[in-house]
Amino acid sequence: MSPWTRLLIYLVAAPILGGLLAGWDRRITARMQSRQGPPILQPFYDVLKLWKKENVVVRRSQNYYIFFFLLFTVFTGGLFFAGADLLLVIFALTLAAIFFVLGAYKASSPYSFVGAERELIQMMAYEPMVLLTAIGMYMVTKSFHVHDIAGHGSLLIFALPGVFLGFLYTLEIKFRKSPFDLSCSHHAHQELVRGITTEFSGRSLAMIEIAHWYENVFLLAWVFLFFAAMPALGIVMSVAVFLFMIFVDNVFARLKWQAALKSAWAVTVVLGFGNILVLSLWSGKPAAPPAVVDAPSAPVMVETTTPKLAAQPLPATTTTDRRN
Amino acid sequence: MSAVLGLILIPLAVGGLLCLLRSDALRTALVVTAVVVVGALSCSLAMRPSPMDLAELPFNAHTVSQGVMAVGIAISLFLIYVGIRARNALVVLLALAQGGLMVWFKAGPGAHVAVEQHLFVDNFGVIMALINGLVGGGICLYALGYMREYHGKAHADVRDRRPFFFGLLFLFMGAMFGLIFANNLTWLFLFWEVTTLCSFLLIGYTQTDEAKRNALRALVMNLAGGLAFALAIVFLHQKTGTIELQAALKSDKALALLPAALLCFAGITKAAQLPFSSWLLGAMVAPTPVSALLHSSTMVKAGVYLVLRMAPVVEGTKVGLLVALVGAVTFVIGSLAAITASDAKRVLAWSTVANLGLIVLCGGIGTYEAVWAGVLLIIFHAVAKCLLFLCVGVVEHKLHSRDIESMAGLVVSMPRVSVMMQIGMAGMFLAPFGMLISKWAVLKAVVDASPVLSVFVVFGSAATLFFWVKWMGKLLEVVTPPPRVSKELETGEAVALYGLSAATALACLLFPLISRHYIEPFVAGVYGLSASLEQGNVIIMIIMMALVLLFPITFLNYGRGVRVTDAYLGGANVQSSTRFRTSADTVQEVAIGNYYLHNLLNEAKLAWWGVAGSAVLLGLMFLLALLRL
Repeated sequence: MSPWTRLLIYLVAAPILGGLLAGWDRRITARMQSRQGPPILQPFYDVLKLWKKENVVVRRSQNYYIFFFLLFTVFTGGLFFAGADLLLVIFALTLAAIFFVLGAYKASSPYSFVGAERELIQMMAYEPMVLLTAIGMYMVTKSFHVHDIAGHGSLLIFALPGVFLGFLYTLEIKFRKSPFDLSCSHHAHQELVRGITTEFSGRSLAMIEIAHWYENVFLLAWVFLFFAAMPALGIVMSVAVFLFMIFVDNVFARLKWQAALKSAWAVTVVLGFGNILVLSLWSGKPAAPPAVVDAPSAPVMVETTTPKLAAQPLPATTTTDRRN
Repeated sequence: MSAVLGLILIPLAVGGLLCLLRSDALRTALVVTAVVVVGALSCSLAMRPSPMDLAELPFNAHTVSQGVMAVGIAISLFLIYVGIRARNALVVLLALAQGGLMVWFKAGPGAHVAVEQHLFVDNFGVIMALINGLVGGGICLYALGYMREYHGKAHADVRDRRPFFFGLLFLFMGAMFGLIFANNLTWLFLFWEVTTLCSFLLIGYTQTDEAKRNALRALVMNLAGGLAFALAIVFLHQKTGTIELQAALKSDKALALLPAALLCFAGITKAAQLPFSSWLLGAMVAPTPVSALLHSSTMVKAGVYLVLRMAPVVEGTKVGLLVALVGAVTFVIGSLAAITASDAKRVLAWSTVANLGLIVLCGGIGTYEAVWAGVLLIIFHAVAKCLLFLCVGVVEHKLHSRDIESMAGLVVSMPRVSVMMQIGMAGMFLAPFGMLISKWAVLKAVVDASPVLSVFVVFGSAATLFFWVKWMGKLLEVVTPPPRVSKELETGEAVALYGLSAATALACLLFPLISRHYIEPFVAGVYGLSASLEQGNVIIMIIMMALVLLFPITFLNYGRGVRVTDAYLGGANVQSSTRFRTSADTVQEVAIGNYYLHNLLNEAKLAWWGVAGSAVLLGLMFLLALLRL
């Protein structure tokens, strides 16, 4: 399948799949709480209804930020499914999240402000682990490209069990689920009201919802990458992770932000960094720059217009023996 | 040739002349002319093929060397005098030690050393010259309006010594050019000492007790670095028989390791890395143009310049690893400390310390990828950081505060400055702007060289995200619309700020070209091969940039099709969204303040751990360098 086809499928199918996942989430949660729960399609009805509502704002420019949040979230997922550089995907994701946060700041209400600050703390909490996940995948597959990682022959989970568990932990934050529903809770909490989304309504709130659908599909696809060598297992595991998230959401009470930050960083150091440390010791030498031409940081021979300067042309192999 | 000499000598001459000029109009004319000339010269230098052959000098190098010696002795004597007057034994000792060492070296072992090339220009030098000439020039223009206002109302108690101030600015600039172009290490050392001296005098400009104290601290720390530099020259000559920078890089790496370690130490002091960061934090007592100069185009950049120059020697050694660790620790500690600060200049200072840490990390790793990333960082950091400092300077004059909390609603009261500030901040941390591109490059270089170090980069960059976004949010948030400030910018300030904003955006759009024509040839010249960003990624970055640039366009639709209402405050709003009636039937005012995580992070404690940790690392580095590991 060409990158463009994958991209197109993502753009069309992700909101449908994301909406369905949200519907299942509500249904399963309801069953866990001995309730009947809404129909599976309820999230779509909600979004359609929101879309028709009047646009009510506190500050006139606040909704523009939300539009760009949606735009860059879709862009992030698009990059991922087109097989681009994983680090670039993370940076695009961060950019999207920052637009969201700035929109909440712009709204200038105390509750959205608290939500924005907490969202930032959460970003600070999960970002190291997310980056380490990309680095871990690079160390195993020698490429940052999603395309190459997905095409790698072995199951990444065997080399990266710690990274996987750490990634799961931060996924819980990313999904904004309990115990990390600090910045915008789905449940009524007095001190937070609706947090970061307090002042957004109508079409903007619908856009936030759609952005989350896109984002969730992208994140579950990242889980799939750990098992990409066996696609069937990958899909099963992605679904399992999603169910696990719902389970945790219903079992745990909310943590304070201090606890969220500290625990996430502790997990990152112990599981993520520990895994990478073992990996770098195991392989005997650090990952050498890949030889393939289209790899991210492939050495590019640059024509030296300055023969006088090029006094010490080192062979490329010197970069491999660097550990001492 | 003439361009190189012109770049060194013109600022020095202009600096001397400015010291004598009392008239404001004449000074303005001279500063503007000099900035234009220096800017044009540095651009013309960039147009020529590098490296240039500068073996033939149009003067007798021997005489000049003697002059260099004489100036060096004069500086040492002056510093000894300063030390005695301030009753600071450390200054006296350090100045005596390095002055004595150089005199001994010149008279004894180094008397007959042959130097082929005194000056040297390669692509790295050209990049540094462009930064120094254009960004530094912008700062000088900005200073014209800023200092007029500074002495007008804001600081009536400070004695007006503007001739001295502008003279020093240009002297600083000239010394920086000299430092960049010098190949003879004794010359480089002189320029190094001149920048130390200039920064000391400029930090102490206001002559308050605090300023004097901080200036002395900066002096002591930089003199310690200077002593290491002098020792490096002596050892280098003893071991390899040369005192030329380029020749040293090509000599046997095992022999050059100790001098390289000493030079890295000198670079670390000047780049305000832990354990020496306190001098740069203290330097913010000086007027804003000084801070901008120290933080962006000169001084600290001289430090990282030297470390990056030493990269090929320390590459793959334990000494290099320890230098990298010092940078890595500084990056994390600096970023975390910036979260706790609410003083805008302090946040910027910590962020400078942190970003320079990244560059030192690159230098310590020393692979071609890392050096490529390090040079990128230097460029983007210089432009964006300068813009931010100058913006904060303007805001400080208008709001009479540089507390970030007082900048709430700046987007209403000073729209132009607030937009430029946001451009600067975006340039510092946000995709697809410059610093992020370089951080990305650093991350890749680190992962390729030693993945374990990447943990520092990921934690540090997460922390940078937090303090920049909350600052940006503060500018945007409008609880009570503040009145619009009447005249935001003076002409000189406007030129500098608009120019730098454009440069921040342009540097991002043009960086593939900058990389191809300047950085890659330089790295390839040193290592034989170079890194670059992959074509596909560059295209994606440009698409992202285009999307981000669409954002301002949405404001054309400003206020259409929306109904404006009050914010929800958890009670009945009283008249507006700034007050509400509580359940106890009292009227409560709304106050919004950023998180500084004081119960989690303590600036003093962080700094203490950072200083202790990095001091141990530096001690280890010297030990290993002596053992030649």
